[in-house]
Formats: sequence, C-alpha cells, structure tokens
Amino acid sequence: MTQDHASFLADGSGHLLLAGLPPGPLLALVIILPLAGLVPLLLAGPRVGEWAAMTLAGLGLAVATIIALQVWWSGTPAIYHLGGWRPPLGIALRADGVSSVLLVMSAAVFCGIGLFATTGRDRKTSFPPTYWMLSLCVASGLNLAFLAQDLFTLYVALELLTFAAVPLVCLEGKAAQLEAALTYLLFALLGSLLYLLGAVLIYAETGTLDIGLAGQRLAADSAMTGIALALMSAGLAAKAALFPLYLWLPPAHAGAPPAASALLSSLVIKAPIFLLLRIWLGLAPADLAERAAPVLAILGTGAILFCGLRALGQTRLKLLIAYSTAAQLGYVFLMLPLVKSSGPLTIPEALAWTGGFLHIVSHAFAKAAMFMAAGVIAEALGHDRIRALGGAAQAAPLSVAAFAIGGLSLMGLPPSGGFVAKVMLLTAAIQQGVPWIAVVVLAGGLLAGGYVLRVVVCALQRPEASATFVQISLRRQAMALVLAVAAIVLGFIPLEPMGFLLVGRP
Amino acid sequence: MTGSIILALAGAGLVGLGLYGVIMRENALHRILAFNVLGGGIFIVFGFAARRGAGAGFAADPVPQALVITGIVVAFSATALATAIVVRLAAARDEEHADARSAKDEG
Amino acid sequence: MMTAFDAGLGVLLVLAAVRVVATSDVRAAASGFLAYGMILALAWVRLESVDVALTEIAVGSGLTTIVILRAIAHVPSPPSSSTAGAKAAVGLLCACVTLGLSAVILGLPEPASSIAADVAMNMPATGLGNPITGVLMVFRALDTVLETIVVLLALIGVWALVPQERLAGRPATPGTGRSPEPVVFLARALVPIGLVVGAYQVWAGADVPGGKFQGAAVLAAMGLLLMMAGIVKAPAATDVKLRALLLVGPILFLAVGIAGWPLAGSFLGYPPGFEKPVIIVVEIASTISIGLALVMLVLGPPGRASS
Repeated sequence: MTQDHASFLADGSGHLLLAGLPPGPLLALVIILPLAGLVPLLLAGPRVGEWAAMTLAGLGLAVATIIALQVWWSGTPAIYHLGGWRPPLGIALRADGVSSVLLVMSAAVFCGIGLFATTGRDRKTSFPPTYWMLSLCVASGLNLAFLAQDLFTLYVALELLTFAAVPLVCLEGKAAQLEAALTYLLFALLGSLLYLLGAVLIYAETGTLDIGLAGQRLAADSAMTGIALALMSAGLAAKAALFPLYLWLPPAHAGAPPAASALLSSLVIKAPIFLLLRIWLGLAPADLAERAAPVLAILGTGAILFCGLRALGQTRLKLLIAYSTAAQLGYVFLMLPLVKSSGPLTIPEALAWTGGFLHIVSHAFAKAAMFMAAGVIAEALGHDRIRALGGAAQAAPLSVAAFAIGGLSLMGLPPSGGFVAKVMLLTAAIQQGVPWIAVVVLAGGLLAGGYVLRVVVCALQRPEASATFVQISLRRQAMALVLAVAAIVLGFIPLEPMGFLLVGRP
Repeated sequence: MTGSIILALAGAGLVGLGLYGVIMRENALHRILAFNVLGGGIFIVFGFAARRGAGAGFAADPVPQALVITGIVVAFSATALATAIVVRLAAARDEEHADARSAKDEG
Repeated sequence: MMTAFDAGLGVLLVLAAVRVVATSDVRAAASGFLAYGMILALAWVRLESVDVALTEIAVGSGLTTIVILRAIAHVPSPPSSSTAGAKAAVGLLCACVTLGLSAVILGLPEPASSIAADVAMNMPATGLGNPITGVLMVFRALDTVLETIVVLLALIGVWALVPQERLAGRPATPGTGRSPEPVVFLARALVPIGLVVGAYQVWAGADVPGGKFQGAAVLAAMGLLLMMAGIVKAPAATDVKLRALLLVGPILFLAVGIAGWPLAGSFLGYPPGFEKPVIIVVEIASTISIGLALVMLVLGPPGRASS
C-alpha cells in the first residue's frame, strides 16, 4: 500500500518538492510557528495582529500538510530529537499516520474558524487581540499534544491548552461565562494534576518519561503500573469530559462566543482524548490495556446514551450542540475493545481503528460548522431558543444549511465522514462478535437524528409575525458551510482500513 | 534514605488532603489553596523519585528537580489565573445585580 | 538523628496542610499556607533539592499567598452546605488515594532507575556546572521555553478577563492608599540588596543552585515592594515597553532554538563552543520576562474589581 503511494508521489512533482526537506525539523516548526504571532499581537495594532494570526494559521496548515505527505510517502513515522538529545535524556517528537492526520485536521479547522472570526467586524462580534493570542496558543498546544513523545512535555501541552482555552470561555465577561470558565479551569487543573501524578509514578518505576521507552519497561504485573495508568486516565477523562465527568463541558462550550465555542468543541477537547488513546494503545502493557478497554467503552456508551438524551431535552441551541459533543466523543472509546494495543491488526481490527480516528476528524469539521452556524443564527434572531427558531431559514439560510449538513455527519447518514466512521465501527463490532457495540452505535445515531432534526424542523417554520431579524453577511455565513461540506467530503473515503492511519503503530 | 521515604509518605498525605479540600471546600479561593497542597504533595513524591535516583555524583536525579521547578512556576500561574477569574466573577455578579436593581427602579 | 528530624518534618508538613484544608476560614487557610510553604521548602532541602527549595519559598508559597490574600477581600464566602455523609465519603476516597500512593512509594522497584548517569555523562558538552540548569536549558529546553510561554499566556488570560478599554488603566498596587513609612524604608533598604541577589541567582545558576525562575521571583518581589512603597507605579497592560520586555525572554529563546537548526544541526541545539554564553544571555532575558509576568500576575487585571 505504502509502496504504491511512494511511486505515485515519486512520479508527481510532489516528490521533488518534498525530497529536499527533512521532515524532522518541521515537527518542531509546526509547534512554535503559531507562537510567533504573539509578537505582532502584543506590539502592533489589532488589524496587523489579526492579519499575522491568519497568515500563521495558513502557514501552519501548509507545514502540517507537508509533514503528512512526507509520512504518507515514506510509510514510516517522522521522528525528531530536539537539540539532538535522544530520550531518555532528551525529548522526541514523532509524527505517525494518526498524528499527521490530526495535525492536518486541526490546522484546517483552525483556518476555517479563523476566517469566520475575521468576519465579525462590528463592535459586538469582532474579537480583541486576546482572542487571537489565545487561539494561536491553542494551535501550538494541539500540535504539541499530537507530536510529543514525552509524558512531561505532554503535561506542558495540556497546560498550554488549558490556559488558552479557559479565558476563551469568558471573553465577554458575563457572570455566567465567568462561572463556566471557573468550573472548567478547576476540572482541568485537577485533571492536569492527576495526570502529572501518574506520570511521576511512571518515572519512579521506569526512570524515563519517554512513552516508547516507558512502554517497554513498565512491568505488566505490578499494581503500581495499574495505579499510575488509572491516575493518568482519570485526569485525562476529566479534561476530555468523558462520562460521568462531562458536567463542566456544556456551560463552557455553549457559553463562549461562537468562534471560541467552535475551537473548544471541535479541537481542544481532542487533545485529552487523543492522549487517552495514546496511553491505552501505546504505553500500557497489552494485558492491562485489554482489561481497561471494556471499561472505557462502557463509559463511552454512557456518554453516547446519557448525553444524547440530555441533548434531546435541551431548549437552547448552543447547549444542545455542547451536549452533543459530550455524546459524540463517546464513539471514540467504542474502538478500544475492537483493536489490539500492539502488533499487526486483522482487517476487522484495522477497520475499527480507521473508524475511530475518522470519527475524531469528521466530528471536528462537523462540530465547528454547527457551532459557527448556531452563533450566526443566534445573531440573526437575537436568541437561540430552539422552539422559537422559526424564520431562521429565511434570516440565515446558509447557516441553517451548514447546521443541517454538519448534523448529517453526527447522525451518521450518508454521505458524510460520520457515516463512514460509524459504519466501520459497526462492521468491526459485528465481525468481531461484539454486538452490543453495534447496538450502541445505532442507538447513538437515532438520538443524534432526534436532536438534529428537531432543530432543523423548527428552523424551517415560518417566523412569528412580530419577529425582526438582523441581516448577517453571506461571508460570515459561508465559512460554516465550507467546513460542513468538508465533513461530507470525508464521506467519500472508501469503506476499508486506511493504510496511512496505521503507519507507525506500535 | 529512610528520611526521604518518610517525607514521600507525607507527600502522599498532602495529596489526599489536597484532594479533599479541592472537592469539599466551597470558597473558590480555598479550593485554589487546596490545589496547591495537592500539587505540593505530587511534587514531593517526584522529589522522592529524584532522591532515589541519586547517582553519578549527584545527591538527587536532576531531571525531576528541573521539572518540579517549572511545575511550581506553572502552578503559580494557574493560581493567579484562577484567582483573577474568581475576583472578576464576584465583581460581575455585583455589577449584574446593580444593573438589575437599577433597571427595576427605572421600570 | 536525621531520620528523626525528617520524621518530625513530615509530621509538621502534614499538620500544616491539615490546617490549610480543614479550617473553614479562608484567611486562616491563606496564612496557614505560608507556613506550609516554608515547611515544604525545608523538606526540599532534606530531599537534596536546594534549587527546588528556593523556588518553593519564592514562588510556591510567597507569591501564591500574596495573590490569595489580595483576592480575599473581594470575594464573598458561601456558607458551608456539605453534609456529614458527604464529608465521610469524600474523606474515605481521599484516604484511599493516600494509602494507595503510600503503597506505591513503599513498593518502588530496587534498584531505582534514573537519568542521573546520562545527565552526568553529557554535562561537559553543555559547559554548565549546575545539572538542573543543564536539564532546563539544554536537554529539555523545549519544556522550558514552552513553560515561559505558559506564564505569559496566563497573564494574557488575566488580561482577557476585562473589557479591552480597561486595559489602559493601571492595576491597583498592593497595600492601600498612602504608603506607610516602614514600607518605604524597607523598599529603599531591601530593593538594592534584592536586585543584587536576584541578578546573582541568575548569573550563578549556570554553575550552582539558582537560576532564572528563582531569580525572577526575587526580582518580582522587589518590584512589588517598590510599588507598595509608592516609589514605582504599576505599568498599564497596554504599555508597549512592558509588552516588549514580556516577550524578550520567550522570543529570544525561540530565536536561539531556530538558529540552532542551521548552526548546531538541530532545533534548540546550541552552537558548539558557545553554549554557556548563549545560555546565560537567554537566561537573563527569560528572567526579565518571567519576573515582569509574575509581577503583573500578582497585580491582576486593572479595573473596578481590584481597586
């Protein structure tokens, strides 16, 4: 498979372009590039800063794409030792198939959200330079979380994300937002500390913080390993809002301004989720991982069913979308009982692996689109009460379309990335004889269908006679539609295990 | 070495106490202090790992020490950010109450 | 003998933490926290980690206590509503965590594995004498540069909490109104000494305990003292000079890191033969940035809330 890619690229001009660039330093570059934006944002005017931030977002997407192409083309992960110091003394960065896909995903969604944020020109909807500084730090923290191989560096990445994400919730300074931000911060800090304690115990046991080395040295039979991994997982679960620790998420994600909500709900939350998967699919000894997988899958089931029901019962649009994030994230954990943590995968296992990660990607595009669309709808109507959404389709037609198209992916209807991902999980579950997972996938789709359709039906109603709408520019509405369509395009990925995502699997 | 073990066990005690405070205290500032107790305990356990790792002429493994130093600075930054949010929240509530009252008076 | 001392220290430490957590009065908890921090620093000395002890005293307990004490007056305390049952359940959970952790500590494998030997072997290549500075600035420089960004980011977060037009105002200085005579005297007498101590810590940190984080904390304390005495005014968040100084450390560190790519063959590598001077310059710049960020973090956002 990878050989084919290699010859394909070797024939094209892509090979010539990329051959001269070693991928290693690019891994460091993609992490520090967004931080350069702090200089113009702190020292120059807001317009210059905004322009610089968007330029850096574009450059970040370019670098991420080159890294992904390099990994795809070579079929081996790109590894870089910072300062030339190898682990355990130094820190390694590593881009395998999954990380490079996530790098491109976050850079692309980030550009989309950024372009949306630049369209808020009036005083009420435009953002201060702090928004751009915080979001660039989010970009840097995400890339670090996807690439770092060192447990402490990952702790730094989590802190970078927390410190950038929390103020995004309360940019407008309302009491309710500040309260949501405070709850979010307290959960996130507790999560960081529990994660750190687990990492400390792993260092005490193995004498290294490098995930690869520690994975080799961890004793499978010691209770200590179990305690350390449990502490790290509990901390990450708090940060990832995994059921039953989801309570902080809805007020924080729903209360933020739309461009911030989109960033938090589509991207920031993916970092702790990715790290949870890293821990159980890369660090944990195989038999411990096998025992933990059903537990995490059951928590994921709880999220899908319980948070899905809560979403169905919401009266506010943004809260509904936030609960749907908490529900949709559960699907990722359904993958765990269906894959082995190390060694070559059978075809059904590779299918589950592909489905799980594809779900992360398509959810990012769909959810960013839906939050941006909901924000615009609320601006047009002056509120986001679901029962009173009548007229939204006239007032903000592109936004309602974007919401509905993004919703397709959440429901798992074809053609959409969400459909392909869910069918892969479903097929893998049936082929491996774990029917309950298939049932959960279907039930979650029905719930999502319920809450998405309810919104769309209300939005298509006639407006009340007394209703007045604010005119929203097509440019402001368009970006959500672009991201929603991207989630649809993901639906044309063939329904088979994707070799690229398996590159560099332990 | 026995001394270090005793201190590490005290660190384990701090972790439990800090966790209790984080969950049970209702004043947000008090909670932030409890976070610092929890963090201090974790750092002490890391320091114990460093002391155990003494060797090659070092009285303690320098890597955990370096990480704890950065950890303390980050913990302070978190404290400052959280405290600022708590203070702003109290002020925003006051402002909103005052606004609501004046709106009521006018109405 | 020393074991008995450590045992006493451990008991004191736990008692101090109990005092912080168990009291229902936040003010008492905050002053208790200061004592807790001092005992914690002693424990660090006993764990052969003088660098950590210095950081703990300056940042961990000192600045943290100031921040909390300044905030207490502005924040109402809600009445306690937890039931005895909840207390017992949570207490049991926390006791289990402590017991589990203790079991892990007592059961750690022998012999302990560590990176000490690796550090010792590679220290000569750094030109530095203090292994902790070696780890922070050379072997794990990525963590360190990102941590300086995290401190700056926390400050940006604090600034994001108030409407942007308020940022032009100066944050309230600690203390109230007119500065009392003793504070002014203290500032005049202490600050020159503090500046020397802080600068020395950074300079010496390359070879003996000390370094930018501790130096920055001492310098920050001196800056706060000057403001309390009314000798120096707190800068406004929009001050371009302030912002430039906040950036100089992280940006210089990143620039050196990028320069390492062509000059040393690796990102965050140092040009061979010039490691020590380059590191000292980066440390000085970082100290200025971190010190200022710490001062501004203690002062908090400008506005009605903190005046």
